[in-house]
Amino acid sequence: MSDTYNLRGKVAIAGVGETTYYKHGQSPDPEFKLVLKAILAACRDAGISPKEIDGFCSYSDDRNDPPRLANALGIPELRYSNMQWTSGGGGAAAAVQNAAGAIMSGSARVVVAYRGLAQGQFGRFGRSGGSKPVSGQAAYLLPFGMMSAAQMYAMRTTRLLHDHNIDRSTMRSIALTCYHHAQNNPRAIMRGRTLDDETYDASRWITEPFRLYDCCLENDGAAAMIVVSTDYAKELRDSPVLLLGAQQSGGHRSGAWAENPTDYVTSSFKPAAKYLYEQAGVKPEDVDVVQSYENFTGGVVMSLIEHGLCTYENANEILTFENLRADGGSLPLNTSGGNLAECYMHGLGLQIEAVRQIRGDSSNQVKNAQVALANAGPMVAVASTAIYGSEEALG
Amino acid sequence: MTRITNEIYLPGLRQPAPMPDGLDAPFWEGTLKSEIRVQKCLSCETHQWGPEWMCHSCNSMDIEWVVLESACRIYSWQRPHHPVHSALKDRGPYIIVVVEFPQADGLRMVGNLLGDSMQDVVIGSQVTPVFEQHLEATPPYALLQWEVA
Repeated sequence: MSDTYNLRGKVAIAGVGETTYYKHGQSPDPEFKLVLKAILAACRDAGISPKEIDGFCSYSDDRNDPPRLANALGIPELRYSNMQWTSGGGGAAAAVQNAAGAIMSGSARVVVAYRGLAQGQFGRFGRSGGSKPVSGQAAYLLPFGMMSAAQMYAMRTTRLLHDHNIDRSTMRSIALTCYHHAQNNPRAIMRGRTLDDETYDASRWITEPFRLYDCCLENDGAAAMIVVSTDYAKELRDSPVLLLGAQQSGGHRSGAWAENPTDYVTSSFKPAAKYLYEQAGVKPEDVDVVQSYENFTGGVVMSLIEHGLCTYENANEILTFENLRADGGSLPLNTSGGNLAECYMHGLGLQIEAVRQIRGDSSNQVKNAQVALANAGPMVAVASTAIYGSEEALG
Repeated sequence: MTRITNEIYLPGLRQPAPMPDGLDAPFWEGTLKSEIRVQKCLSCETHQWGPEWMCHSCNSMDIEWVVLESACRIYSWQRPHHPVHSALKDRGPYIIVVVEFPQADGLRMVGNLLGDSMQDVVIGSQVTPVFEQHLEATPPYALLQWEVA
């Protein structure tokens, strides 16, 4: 590990909390109340009072602002708040990274990374309406019927399959794996809904090359993670889950309008991966379990390759259902069911699942998991990625 | 090479408007004159799209608008089936392409590929521009579309 980095093991995830996850539009609670419930759950899990929180980090223009949260929770001192800018859920790991920065700099002592979504209250991502004229980048896309998230990322996936001879079976394997893992997860929206090859192959096109099961869910709920110093975390529980590394990642002109990023066929993780592993002091082969954000399955293929967990050349052989499952696979993936089958909480659920794996209490536990990687938002302009580990992983 | 049409490929979608700050007005003026206009840096001659107030290569703010030759090819594509907008409800599948201009620093643009919605689309195919005019709109505008050469 280079002297440049000093994050490794300095902060820990003291607690995680989630509300019940609902199908989109079905939450009985408004979004703000969901966030409060998730924060309370995370505090209970950490064994702290909510009054100890003095910092908030979120992403994706979360509507539930820290001043109102602090007021509702009756927090005596609000010392830090932070919003990471990117599209989609690309900031899930970034929110944890920013929380860690606040802890390490002494700007705050107990920071919550959170995200809430209630689509009955605020509308869906996958539907686009309206009749008013649009300008800027939207004017170069919407009049041509390119307006949903699936459509924004289908183009790159077409090009991935074309440039690297990636087989579509990789995408199917990822979908099948998520549904398989959801069957054991009591929180999962798709528990009780199994998926097999035939069902996947027969499912309708959303936009070629994405079928229905290549696309994430849309849900209501909220999730929260309590980030503190490792010293404090050790007072709270015997073996805290440590943050080994976290990184945001955008390449040269990755946000260029109308499909003009310089490097086109990318999950946006190429810049981050080298920093992430150096920071964490681990190598790709040390990663025991991976939570890789599925907005769309094609993005997961790119993410795994760019994190060094497989290559363009061997992806078709590595990314199979047998290899990706928690029970015996060589590259256990999305062990909660992820955004495809647990819940689309803009990826914070995947960060939490990485923490569960290190604690040893996942519903699809990987044996003796010491190092867990969780990334967020492939193909967006700025993605983010983190590695969590046990004290044992620190060496 | 270049064609003009009044036939609307995807009726009922939101119409484009120039940016309020004026940045891309030359582009939209150009499509009404059946010209593909993009930015080119006066200092380092880099082309760029979408438009910006600065050249991304040398950071000069001295940028001109130039008319591109139409030679370009399909870079990527997709065929949406699921109607995400109410105006697309009965439309059925359609094709969106990303085209690239190799002679203009590889800049890319997004449009529809006109013709049979179920046609095979081949990356690398040469395409030519079709200016889809919406002259009855307020204000009038034209979309830059594509068809296989």
